[in-house]
Amino acid sequence: MTNNELIWIIFLLPLSSFLLNGTLLTFTKFNTRSVSGPLNVLTIGFSFLICLFVLINGIGSSFDYQSGSFQWFSFGLFEITMGILLDPLTLIMITVVTGISFLIQIYSLAYMEHDDGYSRYFTYMALFTTSMLGLVFSKNLIQMFIFWELVGATSYLLIGFWFKKQSAIKAAKKAFLMTRIGDFGLIIGILLIAKKGSQYLDITQFYLAVQNGIFTAEILTLIGLLFVIGAIGKSAQFPLHNWLPDAMEGPTPVSALLHSATMVTAGVFLIARMFPLISAIEIVSSTVAYIGGFTLIFAATMALVSNDIKRVLAYSSISQLGYMFLALGTGAYGAAILHLFTHAWFKALLFLGAGSVGHAVHTFDMTKMGGLKDHMKTTYWTMMLAAISLIGIFPFSGFWSKDEVLLGVSKDSNILFFMGLFGVILTGFYMTRMMIMTFFGDFKGGESGVEEKSLHESPKFMIYPMILLAIPSVIIGFIVSAPVDLGVIDKHLMVSFLDHNKLVFPDYHHHEIKFNFLIAIVSSLLAFSGIAIAIFTSKSNINFKFIRKILVNKYYMDYLYEVIITENLFYKRFIKLLDFIETNFVDKASHSLTSSLRWVSNKFAITQNGQLQIQSITFFLSLLIIISGYFSWLLLGGN
Amino acid sequence: MPGGILSFLIFFPIISGILIGIFSENKFLKINIKKASLLITGIQMILSILVYFSYDKTLGGFQFIDYFDSWIPFEAFTARYIVGIDGLSAPLILLTGILGFCAVIASMNIKLRQKEYFMWLLVLQGVVTGVFASLDLLLLFVFWEAELIPMYFLISIWGSGRAHYSAMKFLIFTLTSGALLLIGIVSLYFATGTFTMFDIAELGLNGIVNSNFSIAIPAVFLFLVFFIGFAIKLPLFPVHSWLPDAHTDAPTAGSIMLAGVLLKMGGYGLLRINVDIFNYIDPSILTDLAPYFAVIGAFSVIYGALLTIQQTDLKRLIAFSSVSHMGYVVLGFSSYGAFASVGSTEGLGGTALQLFTHGTITGLAFLLVGLTYERTHTRYIPHLGGLVNKMPLITTFFVIAGFASLGLPGLSGFIAELMIFVGTFKMGSLWAISTIVAVFGVVLAAAYTLWMIQRAYFGEGVKEDSPVAKIFDQLDDLNKLELLSVLILTASIVLVGIYPAIITDVLNIGVGEIFTR
Repeated sequence: MTNNELIWIIFLLPLSSFLLNGTLLTFTKFNTRSVSGPLNVLTIGFSFLICLFVLINGIGSSFDYQSGSFQWFSFGLFEITMGILLDPLTLIMITVVTGISFLIQIYSLAYMEHDDGYSRYFTYMALFTTSMLGLVFSKNLIQMFIFWELVGATSYLLIGFWFKKQSAIKAAKKAFLMTRIGDFGLIIGILLIAKKGSQYLDITQFYLAVQNGIFTAEILTLIGLLFVIGAIGKSAQFPLHNWLPDAMEGPTPVSALLHSATMVTAGVFLIARMFPLISAIEIVSSTVAYIGGFTLIFAATMALVSNDIKRVLAYSSISQLGYMFLALGTGAYGAAILHLFTHAWFKALLFLGAGSVGHAVHTFDMTKMGGLKDHMKTTYWTMMLAAISLIGIFPFSGFWSKDEVLLGVSKDSNILFFMGLFGVILTGFYMTRMMIMTFFGDFKGGESGVEEKSLHESPKFMIYPMILLAIPSVIIGFIVSAPVDLGVIDKHLMVSFLDHNKLVFPDYHHHEIKFNFLIAIVSSLLAFSGIAIAIFTSKSNINFKFIRKILVNKYYMDYLYEVIITENLFYKRFIKLLDFIETNFVDKASHSLTSSLRWVSNKFAITQNGQLQIQSITFFLSLLIIISGYFSWLLLGGN
Repeated sequence: MPGGILSFLIFFPIISGILIGIFSENKFLKINIKKASLLITGIQMILSILVYFSYDKTLGGFQFIDYFDSWIPFEAFTARYIVGIDGLSAPLILLTGILGFCAVIASMNIKLRQKEYFMWLLVLQGVVTGVFASLDLLLLFVFWEAELIPMYFLISIWGSGRAHYSAMKFLIFTLTSGALLLIGIVSLYFATGTFTMFDIAELGLNGIVNSNFSIAIPAVFLFLVFFIGFAIKLPLFPVHSWLPDAHTDAPTAGSIMLAGVLLKMGGYGLLRINVDIFNYIDPSILTDLAPYFAVIGAFSVIYGALLTIQQTDLKRLIAFSSVSHMGYVVLGFSSYGAFASVGSTEGLGGTALQLFTHGTITGLAFLLVGLTYERTHTRYIPHLGGLVNKMPLITTFFVIAGFASLGLPGLSGFIAELMIFVGTFKMGSLWAISTIVAVFGVVLAAAYTLWMIQRAYFGEGVKEDSPVAKIFDQLDDLNKLELLSVLILTASIVLVGIYPAIITDVLNIGVGEIFTR
């Protein structure tokens, strides 16, 4: 079998799982519990194996960029061709998606075991994996938009999975609407491209068009900025970030898969996919960089004070996505994707760990935890490794990718570089704080009814995926970004693999990537200082009341959006006004039209009431009008 | 397909409806009216599917023509009976067939004056088929007006709430639209001496229509007369106010037919007369007026969507969303000039597709709301909640209908809206701004759809003081027959969403022929 056919199987396997699960669930009384979960594990696991096979084949060899295109739709001159665009970026993305999805399916077998919606959960998860794969495979912007939206819809379904909880449904709605605002930008960007001709919707054609100056610089700037809006919405960057913390209402494995490792990286993927456009326009790339730089600090500060373990991780995800934006905006394409890659593993692990903790204490409130390290050894150790990796301590995965990002940024701008460095301190602080509050000190009681004696490690189906994720969290960064040649593995493997993309960089010249010791040392020192501050403040009672209040209230952004804009301005003022116009003018107009007709006809009805006197008056009046009309016509010179 | 199939599709339900109305319950005969109606509309649906798929795409043009010259035997009056379908009308025949069947299934719990009810419902279906199949303007007008009678009775007798008021409002508005239509048709007759559509088009091409017009009334005036007539039916802001009332108070089947098929008559009229015929009379009229239509279409989208947001009655909410969705039809209609300037037709194609997709999506939404209402006896959203616990299937399909309505890709609404946006956006700056405004309507659509689903269907359950609380435990889900109708509509939404060529290949011919006749 050729690579091309294998690629399709990667996509079709989870799709078949979704179709089968969905059909059984909706139309049969058959108890699908025994089928749905294992089916997902098998199909997605097999997809992952194929991905690995293709990836290992793909590295270092030149492979077909496109495969299996077919015309999906045509109307007059408007044509949409779909198919698979396979470049290093796609290869890395599908490996992340299938790999993490596979492990999370296994984890979910145990985590969701006692849930009523067990089969529904796996049906949604299969649909999500399919859509996410479709998104990263896309060779056409419309195709990408289709899966982009489907990913959003499955995110809606999964955040609102526990549909009895109003808070969950509200969070789901909020997530969908806020990303839709981003999609609004994205679709207008696509329309701007389609205006020139539907052939440019094909991504490779679009690259060529950008290089050959088919589009004017103004239009390209506009398209670029609109795409950035789309990416901001999906990747929860400022100012469309509010939905992600609320999305934690969904089941924890969902947060691990969608809201840290894969779906939220779709925005980063979009920017990377559009890199030839983004990097060509200075305004656009600096917009990306500054949004990323600002968000990474902004989100990290909110993580400093949050007491909900999942929300800390959510803010951390936003912050880390900010690093990826920062890297892309400053031209460090390879570094951004490298960070996406390493971050996916350890962040997924952190979420699974949070789920494991929540499984034991029945709450995600860290003020009710503490002292869990003796009761949940595996959870503690795996999370510890992931946390160290996220903080970026040598030689863990996060160190290599964060270093690569900082190196890229340092070449571009000092302000952005310092923003990146400041983020390192904050990361060190909030991760350490989270680990201390959860695992150290005394146990604070958990949710009522949980006793310290009954605390125990989670079931093995939850533990194994965490152990498996811990391995890449520790070593994958060194493997794919080793500063020295390891014989089997080239140095800076992933970055040079990505940079060799002829599509994105047609005139690429190999250049030596230098490991910068100064940056490495400085960033490590900053990370340690973050950790030190966290340990110090956990023992003392320093309390910046005012700043704390702002941070706990998330800079009042939720209040601004939900209460001031949506509730007061939109619903109470604007919509009420419109309603007033509708009932009192538009609808009234037709009423008064009919009632005035009735009034007129009532008046004229007198002439037809059968009384002789009125009849004769009418007759003579009419005659008079006709005669006088005739004479006046004659007088005015009629013939 | 045997000859006469279209006439059969028109008169089979009308005649069998009347027969049911007269003979179904007398001393000698007792017919199960519901089963008979199911059978009749079932046959109708299968035949319309067959007709749709046997439309020969390589041949194009008008097919299945039935022709009967001396319909009105009067020397000076050459009205013909002529029916036939082309790429524009074929999908609408299909739509009518599908929705007619679903409307009957939605009426299985009608108890009041059954035989009249099903008589009117069947007559309605035949008459609407007649509107889409007529190729003679007078014939079209006859069907257009005839549709009023069954709909009026359906709303006023079997409706709820202020049924009489709403039925009368519907009647007055539609009569106005019919009167404008009649003015237009008669004027066209005096200018050409014929009622037959392709004859008018041919004469128009030779410049005869225009030269005759310049004596009496300018063609642009006539164009506007038709436009306003169709805009009332569509409906477009500011002549939309009949629609929420009529939809809300109509029985479920009435709402399905009203939103699913009757509104489409307005859109179809725009394409068939204002685009197709006037393209041959004077193409500059529409090109000149198009920017205004783009603006008013986009305004209608946003205005409808904003009013939808604050509705608290399930049916009224969906009714207002129809105003919003029909705004897209006018927006796409304004992209007419794209063929002359760049040779592209996707805007008009999107308009035609939107008629079909909105018919199935809103049909499904009204069907499910009707089925919910039958069980809960209220449509007031604050009194509902947590219905998913008792009706998982209704909720599942309602979520699908909602997603389709908010333009989720993979479902049919998306591709129609995308075609309209692509087609309109490239026309010029005023069009582009209108398109951007209309695209924002999609964001608002997400807001009201998800809000409705959240309040009515998701959650723990109804509130203590809600009237539904007492019967909440007895609420049941779809039965087999209801599931069938829901599945038919869902299948058409999903199929067109995944593989739009099923409909667009036919529409492509129909829209292309407007310019190459």
